[in-house]
Order: sequence, then C-alpha cells, then structure tokens
Amino acid sequence: MGCGSSTTTVDYSLKKSERAMKAAILIQRWYRRYTAHLEVRRRCTWTIFQSIEYSGEQDQIKLYNFFSSLMDHFTPSNTKERDLITSIFSEKEINEEMELEKYYDFENIHLSEGYKGPHLCFPLTASHAAALVEAFRHKQHLHARYVLQLLLETWKLLKLMPNINRVSTCYNKEITVCGEQMITFIYCISLKICPSWHNGLPSVEKPYIFNGDYVDRGKDSIEILMILFAFLLVYPNQVHLNRGNHEDYIVNLRYGFTKEVMQKYKVHGKKILRLLQIVFSWLPLATIIDQKILIIHGGISRSTDLDVIATIDRHKVCYVSAVKQPKRRKTTRQGQRQPGECCCGINRNDSSPVPSTYRSGSDSRPLNSISKGVRLSVDKELERCRKQVGLSDDTRVSLLLSESDTEQYEASELENAEWKQVVDILWSDPVNQEGCIPNVVRGGGCYFGPDVTKEVLEKHNFQLLIRSHECKQDGYEFCHNRKVLTIFSASNYYEEGSNRGAYVRMGPDLIPHFVQYQSSKTTRKLTMRQRVSRVERSAIRDLREQLFAHRCDLLRAFEQCDKTKKGKISLNDWANTVESVMQLGLPWRILRSQLVPNTTDGHIDYQAWFEHLAIEQPIKETPQSSSLLETLYRNRSNLETIFRLIDSDSSGLISFEEFRQTWKLLSSHLNTEISDQAISDLARSIDFNKDGNIDINEFMEAFRLVDRNPRCPKHALHYFGSFCLT
Amino acid sequence: MAEEREIAEAMISEIHKKITDAFDVFDHEYNKTVDVREIGTIIRSLGCCPSEGELHDILAEIEDEEPTGYINFDRFLPTMTKVLMERRYRPIPEDVLLQAFEVLDQEKKGYLMPEQLTKFMSEEGEPFTQEEMEEMLSAAVDPDKNVILYKDYVTMMAVEAP
Repeated sequence: MGCGSSTTTVDYSLKKSERAMKAAILIQRWYRRYTAHLEVRRRCTWTIFQSIEYSGEQDQIKLYNFFSSLMDHFTPSNTKERDLITSIFSEKEINEEMELEKYYDFENIHLSEGYKGPHLCFPLTASHAAALVEAFRHKQHLHARYVLQLLLETWKLLKLMPNINRVSTCYNKEITVCGEQMITFIYCISLKICPSWHNGLPSVEKPYIFNGDYVDRGKDSIEILMILFAFLLVYPNQVHLNRGNHEDYIVNLRYGFTKEVMQKYKVHGKKILRLLQIVFSWLPLATIIDQKILIIHGGISRSTDLDVIATIDRHKVCYVSAVKQPKRRKTTRQGQRQPGECCCGINRNDSSPVPSTYRSGSDSRPLNSISKGVRLSVDKELERCRKQVGLSDDTRVSLLLSESDTEQYEASELENAEWKQVVDILWSDPVNQEGCIPNVVRGGGCYFGPDVTKEVLEKHNFQLLIRSHECKQDGYEFCHNRKVLTIFSASNYYEEGSNRGAYVRMGPDLIPHFVQYQSSKTTRKLTMRQRVSRVERSAIRDLREQLFAHRCDLLRAFEQCDKTKKGKISLNDWANTVESVMQLGLPWRILRSQLVPNTTDGHIDYQAWFEHLAIEQPIKETPQSSSLLETLYRNRSNLETIFRLIDSDSSGLISFEEFRQTWKLLSSHLNTEISDQAISDLARSIDFNKDGNIDINEFMEAFRLVDRNPRCPKHALHYFGSFCLT
Repeated sequence: MAEEREIAEAMISEIHKKITDAFDVFDHEYNKTVDVREIGTIIRSLGCCPSEGELHDILAEIEDEEPTGYINFDRFLPTMTKVLMERRYRPIPEDVLLQAFEVLDQEKKGYLMPEQLTKFMSEEGEPFTQEEMEEMLSAAVDPDKNVILYKDYVTMMAVEAP
C-alpha cells in the first residue's frame, strides 16, 4: 500500500522535474538564438563603420600621393614664381623662439571690450587650468590671443622633452593611461552623473599618459587641446602626451579640425593652425613606464628600434605631416627633374615600404602608376596654374631652388628610414597572423603579428605594449598573448551606443585595472536590442549614402550583369556586383534585407532600388551633370581637402578660377574626364551669394547627402527577424 | 531526373553561400578560420536553434583532433550543410514556447515574477549566465507592473526572430 502510493508520488515528481528541465532548455535555446542574431547584426554594423572609416583614410593617403607625384613633375621655376602646390608643401621652418614670438606677436592682439571668456596668465597654475575646464563646460570661447600664447608656451616646453618620455610608478602612484579623447570625457561629464567613472583631473597625485588623437572628432577639438596643453604646462612631470596620427596637418584638413579652427577663429585661425603644426611636430612619440611598458599610439613594425627613435629630430622628420614622405628635389645637370618616389611606400606587391633612393642617371620608376597621358596633361595644367596664381602671401617662403642654386643632393636612406620609424609607430595595427606587411587599408604603417610583438618587446626588454588607434567594442582589448593592449577611450565613437570607452590604471605592480564607461545616460536604460538597432540604423544610413554616391558605376555594372535586360538581377549577382564596385569588404548578403526592401523570387529590380535609396539633391541633375555630381558626392572629402589647401588666405572663399583648378586636379587624380562646361555650370549654380566666389563651407553643406526617407521607429521591427538568411 | 538534380545542386549552392557569408562575418583575419567560441553564434544566425548540448555535439564533429581554438571553414562547411539540408534544430513554434513558460506559471496567472524566472533560468536546464539573465529581464519585465507578461514577451520576440 504504502510502497505503491510512494512510487506513484516519486514518479510524478520525477516527471515534473524532467518537464521543468525540458521547458528550461527550450526557453534557453530560443533565447540564445535570439541573442546570436543580435550579435551578428552588431558585428555587421561595426564592420560597416570601420570599413567606411578606413577607406576614408586610405583615400586621404591616395590624394596625398597624388600631390606628391605632381610635385615630382615640376620643372624648376625661378624664385619669383609662386607655385600653387609647392607653396602648400613648403614652409620655412621657424624654429627660433624669438622669430616665432615676433611672428605670432600676440602681444598686439587686443581683447575686445565685450570679451567674456576666460583669461589666462602665465605661468599657468592649477586653478587656471581648472577654471579653463569650467569655462569650456559652459561653452565659453577662449580668445585667440590666449590660444596663441598657450600654444607658444606649450611649444617651449615640448622642445625640451625627449622623443620618448620615461615615467616611473614610484611613490606608489597609479598612472592612468587613456586613448582617444579621454580629455573630452573628463570635461564633459559632470561629477554628479557618474562618480564611479570619473577619474579626476590630472594633478601631482594623478599622473596621466594620453595616447594621441586629441582632435578631429566632435566639435570641440580646439578646446580639448587647450585643456590638454594647459594641464601639461601646470603639471609637466605628471602629464605625458604621445603624438597620434591625427596630430597631423594633412589629416586635419580632411577630418574637420582645420575647419573647426577657422570657424571659431576667423581672424587668427591661420596663425593658430600654423603654430599648431609646429606644436604637433614637437609632441613626443612614445612613453615608457618603469622601463617595462611601451606606450605608443599605433603600433610597431619589425624594424621598430627605440634607440633610433630616441635620437631622431622628431620635429624635422615629420614636420608637417607623417603622411608626407621626405624627399629632396634633385636637379640634374640639364635642370630636369627626375621622377621619384611618390607615395607613402604602400604598394601591395612591395613588402618593404622603404623606397629606393634617387640614382643619378638612372630612371627610378614611381611606385604609383600614373599613365603618361595623365602626366602630360597634368604638366600642362600646372603650367597654367602657375601662370594664373600669384600668391602674394609674404609669410610663405618658397623653398624652390633658384636657377642660381646649383646644389644637388639626394634623399638619404637614413632620412627615409627615420621617417618610416615614426609612421609605423603612429599608423600600425596588430593582427593575429604572423609577419609584418604594409597596412594597405589605412595607407600607412604596418600590420604586425604576434611574432613581431615578441621580437620587438624582447629586444627592448618590455613586457607589454599599450596602444590605441582602433575602436574597440568594450573600450579595450588584449591580443598577441596579452602582450598588446588596445585602449580606446572615446565611447559612442561611431554612434550613440556603438561602443564603450575605457582607460587603464596601473600601480607599481604594473597590473592593469580597467574602467569602462559609456557616456550617455539614456544608453544605459536601453536594452541590447535597442542599442544595436540604433547604431545599426546609423550605419545603414551611412552605407546608403555611400551606395548612392556610386550609383552611376553600380548602374553600369548591373546593366552588364543583366543579360535579359529586364531591369532585374539575381540576389547573388547583386551582392557580387556591389562588392566589386564598392570594395568595402562587407557581408552584402547579410545586409541585403536592410538595403533592399523588395525582392521578387530572388531577384532585385535595380532601378527601383536606386529610387528607393532616394537622396535629395540640391541641384537638378541633367545627363551632362550626373557624372559630375556623382564624382562630387563620392569625393567630398578630397574636394574639401583641396579647397582648403588652395584657399591660401584661409578666407573660406575661393574664386571660380580656383574652383575650376580644383576640379582639374581632382579629375587628374581620379583619371576621369570632366568638361569645362560642366564645371562652369556647377560653379555658377553654387555661387550662392552671386558674388563670383564660392564659400567652401556652404558648398560642403549643400552637398551633404540628405536622406529623403529616414527610417522611423515603427520600421524598427523590419530590422529584426528579416535579418535571418532565409 | 536531370532537372531534379539541377534544382538540388542550386539549393546546395545557395546553402553554401549562406554558410560562407555567416562564417565570413566572424573571420577577422580573412584566413577562413573563426574562433571556436563564435561557432554557436554562427550556427544560430543561420536559422538553427540547437541547445548547448547539441552545439557541443556539432563541435565535436568539426573540431580538429588537437583543438587549436579555431575552426576551419572546410571542416565547418560540410557539417553545416548537412544540418541545414536535414533541417535539424528547427526554431521553436510560438505555442510550444508558451507552454514552456506555463510550466513555471502553475496557477495560469498569465505572468511570472522576475525572481521566479531568474531562479528557473539560472538553475534548470542549461543555466543562463548572470549577463544573459540580466539582459533577458531588461527586455521582458514590464516596467510598470514589475512582472513578466510572458505571452506578450514571446509574441514580441517571435516577430523579431522567427
């Protein structure tokens, strides 16, 4: 009796727990599949942002290579001629303190009556620096006079510093190492919102190492720099700065820092920018903690040698830009220029980026292949440019050799080797594959593998390499058997919610302690799904812009694919074609559902798709102008760079003629044909003020692509399940 | 017969492409290998819904004899193709999922307390990590009533991940 009923009871309870287990597994299975989907979406979104960003960097370098090659084809002119491109590249170095002060003459820059911004007096004290932070938090504007003064004092200090800072953790001090934009975080976030994240301002008790890239993101780069330099001046032994690849004049032209300065400082902007160039070139290149930890912005290469780096003249090696390879002009007895190296040494087939030197009498081929036809037309154009442009800017002193100057000299291998040391440090990225190959994605530096890390760290007896340069989802990431640490301090780098930022603290035990954060209050309350969607929307928007900017090429390619000429192609062909045109290396099949809303039995109507991409344009497109406009959209950044280079007086205005010259240059670079008529028409239509000049900023604003169909929240569900590859 | 074969081949080709794309998302070095810890995510993104145990079985098939921490594409492709062709580990229909929740909700109230679900998910079956639990709760808990209306939750999630 008793046994019988207890058996039944036991049976029943067994069944029950088995049921519970099965139910649990069911729910868990289902849930884990859901999060896997989110993870894939997040990963794709990341790839989109990153590939667009890096292809922009690569673009930049290509443009610069183009300029360099143009220079190589100049015939020597006499000193009276001012040359458009040469004057951009050659600046007389003003190294003497007296000369600099005289040039910048900030004493005579008077503060206006109504100036309500912060006042600085030197030597700076801690309270000045803190007050500056507060002033910027309240959106105040620092007068040009103080900016120049601050920069000058910073320069004087930096000049005294070696190429490599050496820092010690004695006195039980914890050192904080930050990557990009840590300073923004410090000054943006008030203590009330996130006390646990806030590390505090630099002080004697709180040493900091800032690992480069202080500018070019966000709207407050100049303010960030001012704070950084202010603290450097107040605590020169506790604040250590490394140079990043964005502390670079040419990079700044493209990425917005130059524009920001010119907008905020209309009268003195140019002086400020020039002084900044000098200050950037004097930033130290590396920091070492306790002779055990190396901190640099980018990475290393097999040839990285800190002893060499310690001895170079850093301000000369990369005076204007790390992007620009050093060369000296060489004139033969006939007075003809030799073609020479013209790129940052990046060539897919060439594994050694160090270029060959000039050899007298022999023809050294440029690594870029620019067709002879283009070269000739470029020559002609430059002749015309030279004749038309008479720059009367007396602050620029051309380094052109005069006819009487018969000195001949060669670019030395040593110079190039030194230059490469610096570029590698600022631009390289670690990868998991062994070896060391040129970093073709960025256009500068290397991809270095775990073997290179081991070799270089062992050579110098280091235990860890800390670097920044790459955005990481969680703010930091180890690789190469925990021998390389990437620290990235700018949270929400690509978009609100895209990533966390992090910084690292270390005491004398040199064990890293990480602090991660995400600097938006609202982000924390969102679920993972909402965060992923939001970032994803932003990435897809950027991607659609890119696609739209390439639609002529895409259309042509689709038409080639469309054998039946019915206006449709298969999904497969669509994915392959898009990749061959865009070259972004993205998973197009996975992204397809978000880019192409309607498909009929596995085929896409590509004309309809372009209409769907629907971007509003400020100018009516005609058959003649359509390819011009597309070139414009696609090369907006390049155009802007060239404009700003041409705009020699930094007025923000360029004449029609300069506009035309820009287009000619660009079309040579791109190897395309752009008719004069089309350019004139375009110029006239964007002369918004009708005064014969084009305002660069207005122009760039007008051609910022405006999305006619912004996705609204109710479509968010669209992005969910249809992500699956069915 | 030939036509049938053609159709079958086309289907396999499509499947191969899907698998390749999913794999490539996680192939960071572009050398046709992925970290073994990502295999679960990849398989799930292809529409399968295996349990952790079933995942383990798949891994046993595709891992090298000496596990390196990486999975090669040429080991992954044939196994995954078979999985997709045989339609293994299909997703769970909504009503079955609801029944699973109802196992917890004995009184058929229509909702669960967060503590209940947490205990259940963290102790039974293939337990959730704390992170997984927190994430699920953040989306599942009705902020006003502080309960989990599981029917609504399932409906919402089902639309998003068929």
